[in-house]
Amino acid sequence: MAKQRFKFTFAEELIKEPIIWQLGRDFDLVTNIRRADVTEDRGWVVLELEGEMEEIERGVKWVVERGVRVDPVAGDIVEG
Amino acid sequence: MSFAKSLMCRECGRVYPLDPMHVCEFCFGPLEVFYDYAAMRRTLTRERIERGPPSMWRYADLLPAEADAAVDIGTGHTPLLRAAHLGRLLGLERLYIKNDCQNPTWSFKDRVVSLAATKAREFEFDTLACASTGNLANSVAAHAARAGMDAFVFIPADLEQGKIVGSAVYGPTLVAVDGSYDEVNRLCSELADKYPWAFVNINIRPYYAEGSKTLAYEVCEQLGWRAPDHCIVPLASGSLYTKIYKGLKELAWLGLVDWRGTRMSGAQAAGCSPIVEAWERQSFNIKPQKPNTIAKSLAIGNPADGYYALKVMSQSGGQGVAVSDDEVVEGIKLLAETEGIFAETAGGVVVAGLKRLIERGHVDARELVVAFITGAGLKTQEAVAPRLKPALDVQPNIASFENAFSERAGALPATRK
Repeated sequence: MAKQRFKFTFAEELIKEPIIWQLGRDFDLVTNIRRADVTEDRGWVVLELEGEMEEIERGVKWVVERGVRVDPVAGDIVEG
Repeated sequence: MSFAKSLMCRECGRVYPLDPMHVCEFCFGPLEVFYDYAAMRRTLTRERIERGPPSMWRYADLLPAEADAAVDIGTGHTPLLRAAHLGRLLGLERLYIKNDCQNPTWSFKDRVVSLAATKAREFEFDTLACASTGNLANSVAAHAARAGMDAFVFIPADLEQGKIVGSAVYGPTLVAVDGSYDEVNRLCSELADKYPWAFVNINIRPYYAEGSKTLAYEVCEQLGWRAPDHCIVPLASGSLYTKIYKGLKELAWLGLVDWRGTRMSGAQAAGCSPIVEAWERQSFNIKPQKPNTIAKSLAIGNPADGYYALKVMSQSGGQGVAVSDDEVVEGIKLLAETEGIFAETAGGVVVAGLKRLIERGHVDARELVVAFITGAGLKTQEAVAPRLKPALDVQPNIASFENAFSERAGALPATRK
């Protein structure tokens, strides 16, 4: 089993969508939220996903396809 | 000697030993180095610093590493120049340029990487790594060579040839990744988890970031142990900006300078300005952006320290400013033509941003202002090249020169008496 940490950033139109609940229901993944901040116009959630590596990849791909921005928990790593 | 005591979570305050880690195990918040300031205060004096080497390592007491183990290729102690011409043009009485183009790989990144490489060796890593499109890659490759370490440098596959040379020459394993910016980001995060490498801005980021504080220390020492009234700093991840402020506060806590309530202003290119965009909305919530600017060294769409940068901006009474790519080019030319310093695009952002802040009345003409120029222009020549052409095209004889010159200027230049 693998564990990976992410920051999901939700645009305004996605705030009301239960995406993290769906991620845990439709994929064989444990979602573990550690920090979050949601306001009326955007939200972010820092969480850990636990499961097989391929399942994490599949789950993250699905989240990205829903329009959520997915970043490593440390933010952007590629620097100028 | 180092007075570093522990790592501390910037979010929940949990304390960790000084290990190669960067995220709080509890809340996944970023970790920061914490020092024993009381002991530091008993030991550190201006004279002790002044006796140190002419490099960033004269401030080793304020860093989380020992100077005698430093991986150093001569970083720091860069010029602080009184910019009288540019100041006059902008209407400032006391403008200074901190010219960090003069580091070994021509950018301020040598400060953070020198410290990161030193810590990596102390932690017994044998490989230094990073993901970068320019300055960081150059610096990691150079410091790994100096330290006798292996280096992995990950770059986007479509990076211009000119930018590859400045890293490849030092002999790292250069890995061109065929993927989007986000995919490169993700890959590197996974690699950092999997391989026992010192990824400078991931697993040893708390130490790496501290290197930027030396810019604040140097500026204060070069001003005769005085803090500036106003700093203008380029914003990418926000780390440099917040660490300069931390450095100023530390010197004041230690009694080495008087606290002057330095105002911290930050500049971004409009094509990637998530921090300034949040500042203008009067919000601490960063909305990630897709970068689209010539200022590639600042093009971080989801800045790790963006929130902390906004806090510094707010606490210090500074401002955030974003400028267009055209203004960036004008800023580069203005600095070069008035002060003889050829900066990369980040420097153009700073000069153009300062100009804009002055126009908006955010800078007092009598303030002592320091503009931080963080990288050299030869790295980003393509930004200005299309606008720079020879003024005259002539044949190799005097008549041709004089014809062309008088046609352009309306008269000939003065001849010898």
